[in-house]
Amino acid sequence: MNQEKGFFDKLKTYLVFAGPTTFAFFTVILLPFIFGIYLTFTDWNGISASQSFIGGKNYFAVFQDKAFWSSFLLTLKYVFFTVIITNVLAFLLAYLLTSGIKAQNFFRSGFFTPNLIGGVLLGYIWQFIFSNILVYLGKNFNIPIFSSSWLSNPNKAFWALVIVGVWQYSGYMMIIYIAGFMNVPKDIIEAASIDGANGFRRMISVVLPMMIPSFTVCIFLSLQRTFMVYDVNLSLTKGGPFKSTELISMSVYNKAFLSQQYGVGQAQAFFLFLMVALITIVQVYFSKKMEVEA
Amino acid sequence: MRRMKIILNSIKGIVLTMLLFLYVVPFIFVLVNSFKTRGEVIINPVKLPASFNFKNYINAYDKMDYMHAFTNSLIVTLFSVLLIVIFASMTAYILVRKNWKFTKYMFFIFVASMIIPFQGIMIPLVKIYGSIGMLNSKWALIYMYVGFGTALAVFMYHGFIKSIPVELEEAAMIDGCTQLQTFWEIVFPLLKPTTMTIVILDVLWIWNDFLLPSLVLIKANERTLPLSTYYFYGTYTVDYGLSMAGLMLTVIPVIIVYLFMQKHIINGVLQGSIK
Repeated sequence: MNQEKGFFDKLKTYLVFAGPTTFAFFTVILLPFIFGIYLTFTDWNGISASQSFIGGKNYFAVFQDKAFWSSFLLTLKYVFFTVIITNVLAFLLAYLLTSGIKAQNFFRSGFFTPNLIGGVLLGYIWQFIFSNILVYLGKNFNIPIFSSSWLSNPNKAFWALVIVGVWQYSGYMMIIYIAGFMNVPKDIIEAASIDGANGFRRMISVVLPMMIPSFTVCIFLSLQRTFMVYDVNLSLTKGGPFKSTELISMSVYNKAFLSQQYGVGQAQAFFLFLMVALITIVQVYFSKKMEVEA
Repeated sequence: MRRMKIILNSIKGIVLTMLLFLYVVPFIFVLVNSFKTRGEVIINPVKLPASFNFKNYINAYDKMDYMHAFTNSLIVTLFSVLLIVIFASMTAYILVRKNWKFTKYMFFIFVASMIIPFQGIMIPLVKIYGSIGMLNSKWALIYMYVGFGTALAVFMYHGFIKSIPVELEEAAMIDGCTQLQTFWEIVFPLLKPTTMTIVILDVLWIWNDFLLPSLVLIKANERTLPLSTYYFYGTYTVDYGLSMAGLMLTVIPVIIVYLFMQKHIINGVLQGSIK
């Protein structure tokens, strides 16, 4: 297969096959990534053609920025609750859907539907639900927690974001857990029943360990998505009321494109990249270690 | 024992039906209110509409410049996905079949880059492409999607091509095929399952993407569907009937495609995530 002899021969073959992707990839991802690191050491304001080197000032600004830290902590809290609730619910749905129920495919397609629609629309749909439908029901049927819009109260607006996040992602994770359940070999479950293990015991000692690969994937995907969420945040709460639900992506966006502090914004973005990379690598490393063979 | 099972299964069925209702009820509320006037929505947003009045839809269709935005979305999605499939499959082929040091490094760089989130590079991206005047065009957007979509597609094709025996290709080469011919006539048809998966994942992503187009496309006539829905809803938020009709107009095409393709879509998502 390797009929290319010299360096130029090889280069020609490579460029014919992989030239366009390599070029697009370098100019769209790697170049901005490296240029972005440079930007964090400058004071670019978005308008002037040049920028001057200011050393680590932007990073100091990030570390002293209280709004950034509160947004970061809020994001951690959001990620924590959304990831856990999403995965528990998705696992439960997958369990119910693989236990020999009728109309499986119908249910599966139904639960998956929110994933087909963009985050902006999902946020708007729920904005209408939270501030019109639920308020109407709350007032007419005397349900106090719904009688004023959730989106106008900082704490409830946070939970509104969690609810929409769970609603959006759980159908997706459910698909992966269903495949996990189907991949558990039937014979080892039978062997466990013959040994006298009841349903609950079989779940804990046989099914769960066999499904760790599914957990690895689902937790990885949900971590990545919830950390980076932007569209739902924008359309559901717009960071409000009073910036109380501004998650980290929105904070980076606003810092750069609204306050015109591009250097600081990029320093925040870079910090965010490091955090997400670290958390997901640690998570994948530990869940891979827990995987077992049948 | 048997009886227990029947009871247990009906409980499961009831629980699932209730949950499914909770999942889809937001869409139903939007649908119901899209036929009402603003006044009707305010008086009672949970009542069925008095009549099926399509006025809101016609109105929203005009105000969103729907056909224009829909066409833009279609062009962007179609070309991006097509280019990703063509170029990424060729790239993966060369990375698998040529055992050079350079191809190994390239594969590593592609895979490693997948950890970079979009938010990590959006600011420099806008700066670079703004300074060379490449913003505000859907062709620039397509170019960026090719850049962003490449890594995952190369990774998935790479895994599949590794499992194809080389002998077939060697036979084709002996028969006088060039490397490009061998790839397009022998290898590419075999990649169909992976291509399906990539097409489905990328269509879902690009059709619904908001952040990147919102940074790149600023002119009104270049907007994609999520963008025009965003601006439309922002303007007419309190005109409830009208804004709900606007949301429905964006949701309906997706649901229609889903009805026909649900098996493929769910399978594509599954294949895409376990790799």
